[in-house]
Amino acid sequence: MELVCPAGNLPSLKAAVDNGADAVYVGFKDDTNARHFAGLNFTERTFEKAVRYAQDKGRKVYVAINTFPQPKGFERWKAAVDQAEAYGVNALILADIGILDYASSKYPDIRLHLSVQASVTSAEGIRFYHENFGIRRVVLPRVLSTRQVAHVITESPVPVEVFGFGSLCVMVEGRCLLSSYATGRSPNTYGACSPASHVRWEETGDGTNTRLNGVLIDHYGEGEKAGYPTLCKGRFQVGGHTFYALEEPTSLNTLSILPELKKMGVSAIKVEGRQRSPAYVAQVTAVMRAAIDQCLQNPETYQPKDQWMRELSDVSEGSQTTLGAYHRPWQ
Amino acid sequence: MTMKLSIGPIQYFWERQQVFDFYRQAADCAAEIIYLGEVICSKRRLLKPEDWLAIGNELKQSGKEVILSSLTLLEAASEISSLKKLCQNDVFMVEANDISAVQLLITAGRSFVTGPSVNIYNSRSLGLLADKGLKRWVLPVELGLDTLKDMQSQRPKGVETEVFALGRLPLAYSARCYTARSHNLPKDDCHFKCIDYPDGTLLKTREEQDFLVLNGIQTQSALTHQVLDQLPELEALAVDVLRISPQHRHTLEIIDIFDAGRNGAELEPLGKELLRLLPLGACNGYLVEQAGMLFGSETARDTQQAI
Repeated sequence: MELVCPAGNLPSLKAAVDNGADAVYVGFKDDTNARHFAGLNFTERTFEKAVRYAQDKGRKVYVAINTFPQPKGFERWKAAVDQAEAYGVNALILADIGILDYASSKYPDIRLHLSVQASVTSAEGIRFYHENFGIRRVVLPRVLSTRQVAHVITESPVPVEVFGFGSLCVMVEGRCLLSSYATGRSPNTYGACSPASHVRWEETGDGTNTRLNGVLIDHYGEGEKAGYPTLCKGRFQVGGHTFYALEEPTSLNTLSILPELKKMGVSAIKVEGRQRSPAYVAQVTAVMRAAIDQCLQNPETYQPKDQWMRELSDVSEGSQTTLGAYHRPWQ
Repeated sequence: MTMKLSIGPIQYFWERQQVFDFYRQAADCAAEIIYLGEVICSKRRLLKPEDWLAIGNELKQSGKEVILSSLTLLEAASEISSLKKLCQNDVFMVEANDISAVQLLITAGRSFVTGPSVNIYNSRSLGLLADKGLKRWVLPVELGLDTLKDMQSQRPKGVETEVFALGRLPLAYSARCYTARSHNLPKDDCHFKCIDYPDGTLLKTREEQDFLVLNGIQTQSALTHQVLDQLPELEALAVDVLRISPQHRHTLEIIDIFDAGRNGAELEPLGKELLRLLPLGACNGYLVEQAGMLFGSETARDTQQAI
């Protein structure tokens, strides 16, 4: 079970590698990837260093080119594929049918992974990408229960990667337009959800308002810690009640079900968070490394340590974690 | 060629009789194409597959082109089994709302339509699917006229383009059921609460702005997307079909308005009439390359305020 960790910059990449990631995934400094944030990601120069640092230590580098180009941007996405290929990365993580077609016809030998942004939740869907583009791995959206993941693995023509830790999309990835409804920019079109360019923090007489393009996402009272206005994690009114109508600010944490994931044949565990700090990457990678090692050695007696859980909670959204769609309350 | 009108699949959970009544009336309306079937939640089973086929056959006899629409988010193995049966029907063409359906239809050698939740954002994607049997595609709702223009200029022969022309926008799909959640019920014991909300459940911000609508596992816009003002541009871009997404009331009157609009009636009075028939208000930002929630002349002002 491979541990795949995020790197938004060179220090994070080193933190991932030094703390035991088997592979790191990165993106270029533009809208060709789904973490298109200011100050994040790799220029050509830092990218070369990143690839060398990881590969010299025997780790793999995957490049996410996983947004959906429109005709005017298509050449830029092709250039991203060319650049990643030229530096000898270990795999490309792609989502768009047109870009998968380009990459697989121009570079028939390059290893392609299907991004979670492709939004594929069934073996039939995986077969489409396998038969047409020869993908060699699929990353599943965070909407399936453990039983459903196990079923997909049984039928899938390629190995399956799942999310193990990090901020949680509660909507199926690749088909969520909430962000562009409010701002004009979505993960699909722009590579960012609830983009910082449209965020406003507003002090009021009794606390703080957080807004996205003018829309009130939440209000925090005095002393309440204000969170980033990610659209699906605000408090709204439904039927006269004000609550987290879509999802609480919380992170996914699968430490408690690692043996189950291993047993059902999950090939890789992904950590979310290219937008997070090198300290986050170091902390999460170290905990996940220790947990996976213990799980592989002694799957029967494996128990997540309290200290691991504490360390992961400390770096989680709202300091809370959940098993998300993997467990029954969501189904 | 005048653009055709279609009635999209019903997004909501309606009483069985209401569904039958709706399509009985639709048989005489101006729409040429009707999409049928449950696209949101596999637990909504007041109509069985044979009921949908029966409705389809009646509509076909009234001269309508009938398409069966597939479920959008597939999770359970039982949902895949139902999808396989749907894709094997040899009576009607299928609208694939997920790539799983696309694959099953290609394997079966069937022509197909893709709905708005299949991500076709560029010409290479469109061309590849056209080679495999795609006959009509619906422009993803977050894309606008600029991209549509580029896509139309490269459109493969024999492929029709459909635009989501009126309806609350389908924005997101989740493992969780938000209607059940808003009633403090688990999804697997949801009491079929959706039946009480034939236009979905309104979600407002804490300062009372109508923002989104919860429809089971789907999240929609609270405002109704409508492209009436852009009909001349859409016609100039050789769009083939305009989709009207059914709402609880007034759908057939809305079709009359679009029918008049496509046949050259003056658009401004039609727009005023249309606004009265919508549950809350209108938006069209996506089509003019803006935030989806914005509308017409507000667009520039609101965006400026926000940044």
